[in-house]
Amino acid sequence: MIHEKDITEDALLKILETVTDPEVPVLSIIDLGIVRKIEISASGSLQVFITPTYTGCPAMDVIKTNIRLVLLENGFNNAEIKTVLSPVWTTDWMTKTGKQKLRDYGIAPPNIKQQVCTLEAFQKDEAVQCPHCNSYHTHLVSRFGSTPCKALYKCDDCLEPFDYFKCH
Amino acid sequence: MSVASHTKNNLQSDQPINYSTTQLLNYTTHLADNTLILAQRSSAWCGHGPILEQDIAITNISLDILGQARNFYQYAAQLINQSTNQPINCSTIQPATEDALAYHRDSREFKNCLLVEQENGDWGKTILRLFLFSSYQYLLYEKLQHSNDGQLAAIAAKALKEVAYHVRWSSEWVIRLGDGTGESHQRMVNAIDELWPYIDELFINAGYEEALLEDNIAVDVSALKEKWFEKILPVFNEATLQAPQNMFAKTGGKQGIHSEQLGYILAEMQFMQRAYPNSTW
Repeated sequence: MIHEKDITEDALLKILETVTDPEVPVLSIIDLGIVRKIEISASGSLQVFITPTYTGCPAMDVIKTNIRLVLLENGFNNAEIKTVLSPVWTTDWMTKTGKQKLRDYGIAPPNIKQQVCTLEAFQKDEAVQCPHCNSYHTHLVSRFGSTPCKALYKCDDCLEPFDYFKCH
Repeated sequence: MSVASHTKNNLQSDQPINYSTTQLLNYTTHLADNTLILAQRSSAWCGHGPILEQDIAITNISLDILGQARNFYQYAAQLINQSTNQPINCSTIQPATEDALAYHRDSREFKNCLLVEQENGDWGKTILRLFLFSSYQYLLYEKLQHSNDGQLAAIAAKALKEVAYHVRWSSEWVIRLGDGTGESHQRMVNAIDELWPYIDELFINAGYEEALLEDNIAVDVSALKEKWFEKILPVFNEATLQAPQNMFAKTGGKQGIHSEQLGYILAEMQFMQRAYPNSTW
């Protein structure tokens, strides 16, 4: 067991790295970029600040519980997990490793350039690359997929349907 | 902690405070109720959408809106729990929670606009209500993200990105249906007739909004009306639909005077918590 006072932020990040997104289990919460800040006070109490990806993301409650569990396993009995909303999370907070892991898992990662959704109806979106055959000949099936953070696409070359982690 | 010093903690600037926590609570509850009731209404389509993708879309949108409601209720609960010096007029027992605010209040305590509680009707009417309300929400949150109240500003900034998707999705559907077949067009015309009486209320400030204007906490909704028409009319135009002129307007929701619809919504939504208080699953 690690003594709470002696722990470094790096060691804590390693512990948090083991907590994954229940909806996209290949991504850790560090990959997702939702851990904002870790505070270790002089008295040894620990505060972890996380930010939601989507306002209504139901995974947040599970993630909070899992963080608490993994910290308990490592001897942090009084860790506080707090939610902060500002500054707003965007897919740019996701790490490069995270994006690669997504692709390997079969989900197209969010396009790198921040693409802000405008109100214009029927606008053309940036091309999304198929995670299976790397073709850019893909089309949007539905802007809303299996979870709030994903859209449904289909590849016109290999004909596989796939999820796209929406640029947000 | 005094009420004033608490409120100040959430403020981004150091201005004198000209409003009470009750007014801030009422405003936060109004924003929360709008989203909870709209989410409850829209989510009724889950499993009933016209095709699978659109069923998933409306359900996802409902989830986004419910997420906004949770954020607003959590803040409202915090305001209630911290105002020990000056009890707030609220029927919920302390400590307040987001669930208590959603499940343990009666119709007269809900401050949502009448528009969001209207019956779903057909797909066209549901889409139209979402389009009209999301367009309003977009303008509202665009301003609210600069509110002097840090928490309201943060919730609005977060929600704004999602609302943009809702506006786009619903406007595409309004165009598809309005400029679709004779039947889909007629259904949209009927939906406009049914929903239009509830539009004016969106742009009339309630007492609690007026009280929060001076400190730049609330958004002056009366100033949004013109911009709202600028947003929706081009979509109507493309959909070959027309906005009615001078229609009778119904108001009262923001003050807790609702149409009969809300009672039915609450009866269904609150049943489990009323019958088995604090039950979990």
